[in-house]
Amino acid sequence: MSESAELTGPRTRIPSEGVAETAASERDIGVKVGDNLVEVKNLTVKFGGLLAMDDVSFNIKRGEILGLIGPNGAGKTTCFNAMTGVYKPTSGQVLLEGKLLNGMKQHKITRAGLARTFQNIRLFGEMTALENVVVGLDARHKTSVVGALLRLPRHIREEKSAIERGMALLEFVGIADQAATLSRHLPYGSQRRLEIARALATDPKVLCLDEPAAGFNPAEKEELMQLIRIIRDDGYTVLLIEHDMKLVMGVTDRIVVLEFGKKIADNIPSVIREDPKVVSAYLGEPEDDFA
Amino acid sequence: MSMSDGPKPLHTAKSEQIDEDREAVGTPPGSSSAARRKGKLFGAWSDRWAALPRQKQWLFLIVVVALAYLLPVINPPFISTEPGNDFPLACQLMAIYALVAVGLNIVIGYAGLLDLGYIAFFAVGSYTAAMLTSPDSAFIKIPYLWTIPVAMAVTMFVGVLLGLPTLRLRGDYLAIVTLGFGEIVRILATIIPAMKGQVGFQNVGHPPGVGADGIPIFANSNGTPWYWLTLTILIVILFLVGNLERSRVGRSWIAIREDEDAAETMGVPTFKYKVWAFAMGAGIGGLAGALMGGQVGFVNNQKFDVVTSILFVAAVVLGGAGNKVGAIIGGALVAYIPLRFTAVAEYKFLIFGLALCLIMIYRSHGLLAARQQLLAYGQKAYAAVKKSNDAKNAQPATNLGEELSK
Repeated sequence: MSESAELTGPRTRIPSEGVAETAASERDIGVKVGDNLVEVKNLTVKFGGLLAMDDVSFNIKRGEILGLIGPNGAGKTTCFNAMTGVYKPTSGQVLLEGKLLNGMKQHKITRAGLARTFQNIRLFGEMTALENVVVGLDARHKTSVVGALLRLPRHIREEKSAIERGMALLEFVGIADQAATLSRHLPYGSQRRLEIARALATDPKVLCLDEPAAGFNPAEKEELMQLIRIIRDDGYTVLLIEHDMKLVMGVTDRIVVLEFGKKIADNIPSVIREDPKVVSAYLGEPEDDFA
Repeated sequence: MSMSDGPKPLHTAKSEQIDEDREAVGTPPGSSSAARRKGKLFGAWSDRWAALPRQKQWLFLIVVVALAYLLPVINPPFISTEPGNDFPLACQLMAIYALVAVGLNIVIGYAGLLDLGYIAFFAVGSYTAAMLTSPDSAFIKIPYLWTIPVAMAVTMFVGVLLGLPTLRLRGDYLAIVTLGFGEIVRILATIIPAMKGQVGFQNVGHPPGVGADGIPIFANSNGTPWYWLTLTILIVILFLVGNLERSRVGRSWIAIREDEDAAETMGVPTFKYKVWAFAMGAGIGGLAGALMGGQVGFVNNQKFDVVTSILFVAAVVLGGAGNKVGAIIGGALVAYIPLRFTAVAEYKFLIFGLALCLIMIYRSHGLLAARQQLLAYGQKAYAAVKKSNDAKNAQPATNLGEELSK
């Protein structure tokens, strides 16, 4: 009782204290800060005759927030899906710490260290917030079915630590007070935050966020960006898909721009802002205005 | 991805009432009293249950279990199925169906896999027991009690064998394949000479022990000892299933039911856990089959038809898919209703149908709504959250009070 009260009690956790040491104490990343953690090489995805991604290459460096932007239908989510194993790339490679991810099962890719959230929220509706997070934590658990059946010591140990870590993660994203609520009863903003907590629970090396601020008002967006920065400062690498140019400029270290499945730019935000190709992709070609 | 809609019918329909049950279970007093006002009898019950101290819950459970054991001995006048059917034997059948429903609940209620051929596992269990004990069989003979673990192992193996190729399918497609599998086992029993088709196996074994009058304790017509044996096994299985539910296994199953793709993305090896759900469900089905075969003493191909298979699904849905206590009640009811109303035998399916309709109208989510405890040590954390929330909520109220008094 006293132990768990301490988790949720009046102690207001300053988020910048970080969540890494509680949620992901055994992280071991084989790449130095600033080196390429993820390499996407010549990734091409075809759906029948439609070329959804055409020869896209970029890197994600450890410790950065990389923005992946582009107009609607540019192939951002397709890129995510191809990286996380939802789609099989037609050609090209995705490497994490130099290890090829192509062809791996999705759950293995997650355990290799690539976690994601969904653009359209996909929580486990009939589970509480805490249970949702613990499903993520289970990715690192080693209890076997027999172990669970007979409640062997490892199971008990993991169950206990899961509650602790799960609560810490919920607290980190700011929804600890709703831990016992079914996730489909949570308010929209909390659901988005829960998605992030669940993805963080899998102890990722790279956290891929697919439009995490969709449907947020400007103030909420700002809060969320703050949270993403803290996550990065905690030692996570973040790949962020975002629609809103202004927002993405404020939070990212580097931006990759896609248009019609092709990469059209890859640079720091201030350069991207001035890039005529990016501007025209978002605002349309000047000629079009006259046409 | 649209295919993932498949397994949902069982739980999308649940919406409303379950919401209220949920609220009644885990939220502040205000909302639960609202649920009570709406006359949600069961919601109020689970509310009160949750409010009871642990010792009282145990005490209540012990009383319920004791009553369950004494049921065939008391033979309560109005509840009894006599004179139409022997009541202890009816109790045994209810316990068997309850066991079946608990097993099928793992497959349908937890993992969300609609299995319409569950009778196949029941049949495999029955045949395993019969072929290893009946003098009609050409196989080696072993003592009956040993056939129970053997039957479980064989059916689990069959479950895995069925699961490996078919669990790539989802929803309706899986349902159709399992329906076919149910028929395959029955037809195999007909055409394979060693399984003796309609002739079947007589004098299937039973546990040892002879009463004072020289009649075996576990005689076919003596329902009470069989009922006690089945009930004991049911309780053990319940504990084990509860352990699974409150572990990563249970969480994986529910996650698969809720959103299979998202579960996979969160690192759940969905295929592996679906096969496990099949294997666990099959094992319990085989166990129930072996008990049934032993008690009836005769196994042939006539009892394993599609209707019974659908009845098993009805038991799970009736009790509330995803709730193991509900599954027990559902299974017992499905066995009980036709036996109770044999006096009006022609109408028993009408009565049964009406009962089902009433439940579907008034408890569209089954008698007990799905609510799994998925965390072995979650209660403490939830209690702590509730406490700190209550403390927070109390704060503004007192301020307001002060404001008003000024």
